[in-house]
Amino acid sequence: MASVNRRVLPGFSLTLGYTVFYLGLLVLLPITAVFVKASSLSLHDFLGAVWTERARAAYLLTFGTSFLAALTNVVLGALLAWVLTRYTFPGKRILDALVDLPLALPTAVGGLVYASLYVENGWLGRHLVPLGIRGAYTRLGIVLVLVFVGLPFVVRTVQPVLEDLDPETEEASSSLGATRWQTFAFVILPTLVPALITGFALAFARSIGEYGSVVFISGNMPFKTEIAPILIVARLEEFAYGEATAIAVVLLVISFSMLLVVNLLESWSRRHDR
Amino acid sequence: MSIRIQGVSKNFGSFQALADVSLDVPSGSLLALLGPSGSGKTTLLRIIAGLEVADRGTVLHHDENITEYEARDRKVGFVFQHYALFRHMTIAENIGYGLRVRGVPKQERQVRVDELLKLIRLDGLGSRYPAQLSGGQRQRVALARALAARPNVLLLDEPFGALDAKVRTELRQWLRKLHEEIQVTSVFVTHDQEEAFEVADHVVIMNEGRIEQVGTPAEVFERPANAFVMDFLGNVNVFHGRVERGRAVVSGLTVAYPDYPHPEARDAAVYVRPHELEVERSPTEAGSLAAKVLHVNPTGSRTKVELRALDSNQLINVELTPERLTELGLKSGDTVHVAPRRVRVFVPDYEI
Repeated sequence: MASVNRRVLPGFSLTLGYTVFYLGLLVLLPITAVFVKASSLSLHDFLGAVWTERARAAYLLTFGTSFLAALTNVVLGALLAWVLTRYTFPGKRILDALVDLPLALPTAVGGLVYASLYVENGWLGRHLVPLGIRGAYTRLGIVLVLVFVGLPFVVRTVQPVLEDLDPETEEASSSLGATRWQTFAFVILPTLVPALITGFALAFARSIGEYGSVVFISGNMPFKTEIAPILIVARLEEFAYGEATAIAVVLLVISFSMLLVVNLLESWSRRHDR
Repeated sequence: MSIRIQGVSKNFGSFQALADVSLDVPSGSLLALLGPSGSGKTTLLRIIAGLEVADRGTVLHHDENITEYEARDRKVGFVFQHYALFRHMTIAENIGYGLRVRGVPKQERQVRVDELLKLIRLDGLGSRYPAQLSGGQRQRVALARALAARPNVLLLDEPFGALDAKVRTELRQWLRKLHEEIQVTSVFVTHDQEEAFEVADHVVIMNEGRIEQVGTPAEVFERPANAFVMDFLGNVNVFHGRVERGRAVVSGLTVAYPDYPHPEARDAAVYVRPHELEVERSPTEAGSLAAKVLHVNPTGSRTKVELRALDSNQLINVELTPERLTELGLKSGDTVHVAPRRVRVFVPDYEI
């Protein structure tokens, strides 16, 4: 009897095997290679590569701008998802399709376009620069392109949750005496929180890894607008492969622990669903 | 607090959900809106609650015109068929919600929530989440939530529709008792006549956006206003015949019908409830229909017998007491004679 498969859903061993193989080949193997390469450095060299003032400035910039961009996307993306689910208006389908565009467009193109828009004589720059708002070759520019690339992640995670929202709970809330604002704050927003956290995590992770668009808009000035991935490329151009992978390891470790925290937060926010 | 509905109409596109409906709900009563789906009963309830806006007509609460009031200003407790509890809030938070949004201080709120938890017999479960409760428990929580802010009116939309049969029966009796205790004017929607009759003290029968009849369960059942009400209140045999000269005639059967003394014959429908039919072994003097026994179902307190009329091939349902069945010794294939003890005649366009 020991060989009897007691699971109701068939195919467990096959699919799990496939999952492990797939994740191993596509994710774990390259990451292991990074760690192996980085471990070719001595501890002293490793620290020397990853903990320079320039590198620290790059980490701070990468995570700082990614965090700000993801936060902006949570607000703007939720608003966009709200408009796309709650209202009907002409051109809604086109707007809906536009949301996915940042996923399809080479991000380098996005970065180039943003840069040309925000430079002093660009369409937007000629009005903004006199006001002291410089979108090109600044940290603001980095946040702008990261908002661009991260937007679809928040919209697409929040949208289905909004669509599934039971209109009766809102009616219940208003018949119990709540204002529209109270209904939004006490009933709608809390049910969106898990999706908002997931959307935040996705947009944040996407921003940390973003390279193509940032290269074109940031100007890549060390200590000012140089993000960590650009620093890695700079090391590679100097043929300092060990140092480059060392910085990658630091990025990986920080990203992984941050995503872990976000995931824990997300499952905590679902505690009532059991 | 009484509710008065005057000339309310509501259209959804080209569909007329309510056509010039007027209704008085006396203060402290428990009234059922009963009708088939699409009869407008839920729309009427939602208009009373302010969740739907009437195209025409007015809604009054105790002489105060609340037609233009938003749902939140109506002081109405609404219970939804699928509970509509807030999943991310505990049971206590759900019940206290109406007090919280009205700015009742936390301690005062806690007292009321505990009181209601006791009332719905869920004391001690206040810190659970809705997902951890059964359907019947959730619906009780929804009821407590609706009652928390002491509404003037309690409205329930098919409150037992999503529950299984046993829980449904229990909750009905419990709601009846609860209403006796708290005496809040209540209106509930149902499509189940048994439920309406068991729970409500007044029944409103609706059809195609109109009210067909209003009355106590006994009035409605004993004196249905028209053929629809008779038909809708379940299980009835309909014989098609004619009326003339103060009589109604269905094939071999003649019954007195003094409401139609005219000599010219008119088509009419004769309605007989299954328990108002008598079965005999031989034809009766007053006239009877010959029929063949198809099936005898002796389970339950009343024996159900299915017959087929010999001349018209019409199916006839009869309910007998088990004693009468033993006396007759009926079995499938027997030929018997059926006579009504009581009939109701409805002449189209000539309804009594």
